[in-house]
Amino acid sequence: MIVEFTLNGEPAQARVVSPVSLLDVLRDQLQLPGSKSACAQGECGSCSVVFDGEVICSCLVMAVDVAGSSVTTVEGLGEPGVLNAVQEAMVDAGAVQCGFCTPGIVVAATELFNANPSPDVEEIKEALAGNICRCTGYGAIVRALQGLAEGSR
Amino acid sequence: MTAPTRQRPTTGEAGIGTSPVRPDGVSKVQGTFAYAQDLERPDMLWGATVRSPHPHARVIGIDIAPALAIGGVHAVITADDVPGRGVFGLEHPDQPVLADETVAFWGEPVAVVAAEDEETARRAAAAVVVEYEELEPSVDPEEADRADDVFRRMRIRRGDQTLRGEVVVEGVYEVGMQDQAPLGTEAGLAVPDGQGGVDLYATSQFVHVDQEQVVASLGLRPEQVRAHPTGVGGAFGAREDVNLHIHLCMLALHTGRPVKMVYSRAESFTGHVHRHPAKMWYRHEADREGRLVRVEARILIDGGAYASTTSAVLANACYFAVGPYRADSVSVDGVGTRTNNPPCGAMRGFGAVQVCVGYEAQMDRLAEELGIDPLELRRRNALATGDRMPTTGQVIETPLPVLEVIDSLAAMPLPDAAPGTDLPGGSGLTTEPQHVIRGVGYAFGIKNLAFSEGSDDYAEARVRLAEEGAVVETAAIEVGQGLVTVLAQITRSALGVSRAVVRHVDTSRIGSAGSTSASRQTQMSGGATLEAATRLRDRILERHSGDDLTDEGVVRGDDVVVPMTDLIAEAWEETVTFRHPATEPSDGDGQGRVHADFAVAGHRAVVDVDPELGLVNVVRVDTVQDVGRALNPESVRGQIEGGILQGVGLAVMEELVIEDGVIRNPTFTDYLLPTILDAPDVEALLIEQDGSWGPYGAKGVGEPPTISSTAAVAAAIRAASGKPIHRVPVRPQDIAF
Repeated sequence: MIVEFTLNGEPAQARVVSPVSLLDVLRDQLQLPGSKSACAQGECGSCSVVFDGEVICSCLVMAVDVAGSSVTTVEGLGEPGVLNAVQEAMVDAGAVQCGFCTPGIVVAATELFNANPSPDVEEIKEALAGNICRCTGYGAIVRALQGLAEGSR
Repeated sequence: MTAPTRQRPTTGEAGIGTSPVRPDGVSKVQGTFAYAQDLERPDMLWGATVRSPHPHARVIGIDIAPALAIGGVHAVITADDVPGRGVFGLEHPDQPVLADETVAFWGEPVAVVAAEDEETARRAAAAVVVEYEELEPSVDPEEADRADDVFRRMRIRRGDQTLRGEVVVEGVYEVGMQDQAPLGTEAGLAVPDGQGGVDLYATSQFVHVDQEQVVASLGLRPEQVRAHPTGVGGAFGAREDVNLHIHLCMLALHTGRPVKMVYSRAESFTGHVHRHPAKMWYRHEADREGRLVRVEARILIDGGAYASTTSAVLANACYFAVGPYRADSVSVDGVGTRTNNPPCGAMRGFGAVQVCVGYEAQMDRLAEELGIDPLELRRRNALATGDRMPTTGQVIETPLPVLEVIDSLAAMPLPDAAPGTDLPGGSGLTTEPQHVIRGVGYAFGIKNLAFSEGSDDYAEARVRLAEEGAVVETAAIEVGQGLVTVLAQITRSALGVSRAVVRHVDTSRIGSAGSTSASRQTQMSGGATLEAATRLRDRILERHSGDDLTDEGVVRGDDVVVPMTDLIAEAWEETVTFRHPATEPSDGDGQGRVHADFAVAGHRAVVDVDPELGLVNVVRVDTVQDVGRALNPESVRGQIEGGILQGVGLAVMEELVIEDGVIRNPTFTDYLLPTILDAPDVEALLIEQDGSWGPYGAKGVGEPPTISSTAAVAAAIRAASGKPIHRVPVRPQDIAF
């Protein structure tokens, strides 16, 4: 079946013939490889996208269930070619190492800052509790986002 | 992070000593950075692997017909189809490319398939019928030791073996099997070149050794196989060994089509080697003043089914069995067993992590027995430059600031002795605050840097001038640690130009950089880059009789006499193979100049423990690390914080549970990794000293953060709970009962 939805602000279509996840459709069919597959069980957050205003693991959503919905991936953040504030803060603070978790963290953190421009450290940690990073120990990620929050106070 | 103990000037903009943003940072936050998982060819096939459901079995027969009958299936390959050497292995080729007569571990590859799409490939793999005759698996490493089914035994004897101390402590310690769990699973794409050769783009830490192993198993000439560095989502040792590399190349040549393969997380847990589980018996003897007189240890690590790097991990465990301390008399016996458990090999820390859990517990017990402060006991025994290693007898020639690390860590401010408000057990709110007890624990660790035991350890790098600036060409793998940043920094500083980039090239276009492991690439590929850039500058200035080289070109006096565009047209380049000071294998007593360099670090953990429920919250871990020179302080801090969290993971939650040879928790649901809520606050102090052979005196920094962080958390839990804690990860029942 053809599934129609809004993807990064534009109308999109996916041809769904087998029980595939939104993540598979994004990566394999719609040429959006920014969302990463690391566990396929909703445990690590590497595939985080915004689905009708909520950050979810796209590996856990069946592609058929996005019909009529709005999905934002890491590719849809900010203006084309320009980093958003979260992305810029992450790069500047050295919060990126291997980077495999980074798109998911950027998506979750961007959604946090959209809702609350000056979160405290507990709110930052709560928002990223579903995103596993194996490289950084999270320290630089917290510093990046704390700095951003302080800047907007 | 507070300031380094010795402030140093920075050299030029974005040169060494600064922390420029990483060149791949922007593409990584945008999601456009290409990992091996993201590679595609329009006509590519997908590969999948048939794996053994038994830890030990005879393969009676394999029926591939049902798989081939599925539409879209192009190939099913078994052991019979391996054209060249049927086995591979990083040190001793003993692991079948595809299992032949027997399978020796759960999940061992038996066949591989290629099909039009991923789903069809998976269905085809499931359709291959393998008939097994199950055999009794060997799963008890101590039994394997008694049966002499081992990969290596190590024996170290140093000093007068009859010496005895007045105070003696003995203990047995265990370390569970940890997984590297890099977020990117194994992935790759092999592309046939149409002339019998193949190009491989796969997750790796060491493309030249991948290339050699593909060449051997495919029976090709070396120039027919090119392994290309590609985007890697973390490694931590898991990618030092070949896994899907040979399979991909065989399928590509067999089908004449590009073939891609990506392991699932469960496959990843079976498809790469793990940190060796260990059991260690220790006996420490000291005089009344607390000076170590004799240390005796017996160390058993289980290598599992195949050799991988068990020999070298065992050697490391034995060489560092005493820690960063002096001892007059040392006896260490080690064994790396062969069983039908999952194969173990390289993981960050490489043998030094396991023994630190043992010797640091012993040092604390000895301090208690003697009535001496645990830090004071360590001060009295601290190794220093000029001393001999307690195990190998090797004279320590590079700076080893053990005493400085101990004193600096002791001087770092401690938080309140009262427990914090973040309760162990987190949001479950099962803990009653009034029962929570705070504990503080210290541990110190030492490890070698770069390869040891006489291996010819080298790295090649090329620096050339091009339109885009100074270009560093290398096959050294970037796994996330920031090598692409630091090599460019070194080039800017050494050459005197502001534009420098790192370009990865394949195995046919440059010599080996060696493995991205053993904390070695900043020292080794950094050393090659520094030498290449320095020679290039010297040659250019000599040729053009210049005084200085700048972005504008060759400067003589106040004038630019040869503009940079002319230098680029002259196609200047310099290639260097860098070697560290030679090492040698140890003798029958484990004696010799075995290691090229050492680094020391210390950790102080603060934990809150619920003694009734056995729950732990690791509140903070402070650290002091000997770094030689921090070429990029922000990257060093990233290595420290990331390494500490992996150490915390091993201390309180990360363990692959093996029952009868089967991994019971090969998923992120059941193998627990520390989240942002589990991460302690970290304060790090760097000790910088001249004298190491790395570029500008830099030492490797990747592994020391993992060596003693686990032991420090265990010590803190011991202090809070009063329980002996002889095993990591510490489980609730180890505290509550």
